[in-house]
Amino acid sequence: MKILVCISNVPDTTSKITFTNNNASFNENGIQFIINPYDEIALAKAIGLAANGNGKVTVLNVGEVSTEPTIRKALACGADEAVRIDAAPRDAWFVANQIADYVRTNPYDLILTGRESIDYNGAQVQSYVAELLSLPSVAIAKKLDITDNEATIEREIEGGKEVLTVNLPVVVGTAEGVAEPKIPNVRGIMDARKKPLNVIPPIEVTQLSKITSFESPVPRGTVNLIDKEQVNQLVELLHSEAKVI
Amino acid sequence: MSVLVYIENIEGTFKKSGFEAVSYAKTIAGLLGEEVNALSIGAVPPAELEKLAQYGADKVIKIENDQLKQFINQAYAQLIANVAKSTGAKTIILSNTFNGKGLAPRIAVKLDAVLCDGAINIPAIAGDVWTIKKSVFSSKAIATEELKAAVKVIALTPNSVETKEAPVPAQIETFQSELLSNDLATTIQEIVRATDKVSLPDATIVVSAGRGMKGPENWRIIEELADVLGAATACSKPVSDAGWRPHAEHVGQTGLAVSPNLYIAIGISGAIQHLAGVSSSKTIVVINKDPDAPFFKVADYGIVGDAFEIVPKLTEAIKAFKN
Ligand SMILES: Cc1cc2nc3c(=O)[nH]c(=O)nc-3n(C[C@H](O)[C@H](O)[C@H](O)COP(=O)(O)OP(=O)(O)OC[C@H]3O[C@@H](n4cnc5c(N)ncnc54)[C@H](O)[C@@H]3O)c2cc1C
Ligand SMILES: Nc1ncnc2c1ncn2[C@@H]1O[C@H](COP(=O)(O)O)[C@@H](O)[C@H]1O
Repeated sequence: MKILVCISNVPDTTSKITFTNNNASFNENGIQFIINPYDEIALAKAIGLAANGNGKVTVLNVGEVSTEPTIRKALACGADEAVRIDAAPRDAWFVANQIADYVRTNPYDLILTGRESIDYNGAQVQSYVAELLSLPSVAIAKKLDITDNEATIEREIEGGKEVLTVNLPVVVGTAEGVAEPKIPNVRGIMDARKKPLNVIPPIEVTQLSKITSFESPVPRGTVNLIDKEQVNQLVELLHSEAKVI
Repeated sequence: MSVLVYIENIEGTFKKSGFEAVSYAKTIAGLLGEEVNALSIGAVPPAELEKLAQYGADKVIKIENDQLKQFINQAYAQLIANVAKSTGAKTIILSNTFNGKGLAPRIAVKLDAVLCDGAINIPAIAGDVWTIKKSVFSSKAIATEELKAAVKVIALTPNSVETKEAPVPAQIETFQSELLSNDLATTIQEIVRATDKVSLPDATIVVSAGRGMKGPENWRIIEELADVLGAATACSKPVSDAGWRPHAEHVGQTGLAVSPNLYIAIGISGAIQHLAGVSSSKTIVVINKDPDAPFFKVADYGIVGDAFEIVPKLTEAIKAFKN
């Protein structure tokens, strides 16, 4: 089974998010970049599935050369090879077109992404890729099992869950529950250096949208602390001041 | 021309987020001088369909296709795109729900449209170029985005605009559309819904608890508080990791992002990854025994003290208030 795992290079979850260039760009100064946490889940699942059969795991990133440490980390976790499409990931539409174009000439049985990237939180790439390739997809999967040529997927729905089956190939965005992220060991890190990382040029994609500026959310005023003996007062404030009950 | 809004139903009923989407579509249609067509797919009773007219849907279009018993994103996207084409809609609106996320990019591809996922406001319209806001970096920032293609798909974040009644006479039409077998590649095996519980993504009040609760056996008081408030329950990541609560309740950067009107955090420290998923809640109440817990810095109201003592008192006070 050939599995493609799409990984995004994102700011570490503890990062303070600030902007430069007149609030037009994200300030990368001092930011530590990591594999998007959901993509780590996809990667762990792919490695597990490949270990059971004679599978092969390719990780793919659309990014500039600066993302290579993140890609090497994915190789250290146990992916077999990597592909980097050499372009700044302008937006989800751009990224998805690069991935779809690559898959058209390099077919896979299973294409995994994370449920969303924690920087732009679109949860778009997976469904774009699926639609561009006319493949079935699940945007947010909580469980994934493969038997022969069939995937059984549990996905979250409003107020519950749904279990579905679908023949491969399929595109799946993974969430918590699909697998436990893997931490690379020393051996993995050594091996990663020797694994192939192919760099390929991007295709051209028409730009349909553009982020023109960022702002920070309006900070809340200082907290109104209520005496623990006066919970009635809280209820009163929630009613008359906050108007939420 | 018209604005097309797709309204998702859950077993034949619409949810608040659906009515928000209709109100949103109505406002945008007003700016454009267009009408609103609301599309419903699946078996929904006429009385429920008529509710869409209450919020200003000039026409309700329904599709009841025998091939389609359940939600399949490929098939639904095809139907929505077919309706958009046949009604000449250049603006397609839907809710950014679990299903909506799987649909919106597909519809955009089919219509050569630009997509704004997770929109939080009414766009500013200047000809074909629209300017709109969405939340990014796990609610740590808001981006202003320009949408440039002639056709736009907007997935609206639930609970970010108000529902507005704007009644028009109900006019219901049926739309016939065939599906190709390729669109029906997935088979739904099972659907499990906890019907007695308020669903978390849709909840206007969320009662959430963390490791401060010490163990799963102590969740009774959390559930009782949620019950009196008609709230959904949620938890921090370590709580679901430990199996005290189901994963579906985990909120935060790596869990569900929620933005209810009221978020009550009990025994949760307020780590940055937790806040990422809840900080866009309208009002935040924190109950924590540690006065230095970081959560107090982003709270509107707080009580410093022992949850085991305060939560039952709060439940009683709300009960008394409601009577
Ligand atoms: C990559 C990554 C992603 C993460 N994603 C998430 C995420 O999505 N969501 C998430 O929640 N976390 C996430 N975390 C974990 C996060 O960093 C925190 O560890 C976690 O949120 C802490 O959970 P907690 O507040 O329940 O527990 P703790 O930090 O242990 O806090 C417990 C709190 O309870 C209080 N307390 C104790 N006893 C009582 C009592 N009797 N009454 C009142 N208060 C009491 C304490 O004062 C303390 O503030 C992530 C971490 C990483 C590294
Ligand atoms: N630059 C990228 N390169 C490869 N995969 C990506 C990239 N950006 C996003 N993805 C994948 O698409 C998923 C969803 O991303 P998004 O649509 O940005 O929320 C992520 O979890 C990744 O698996």
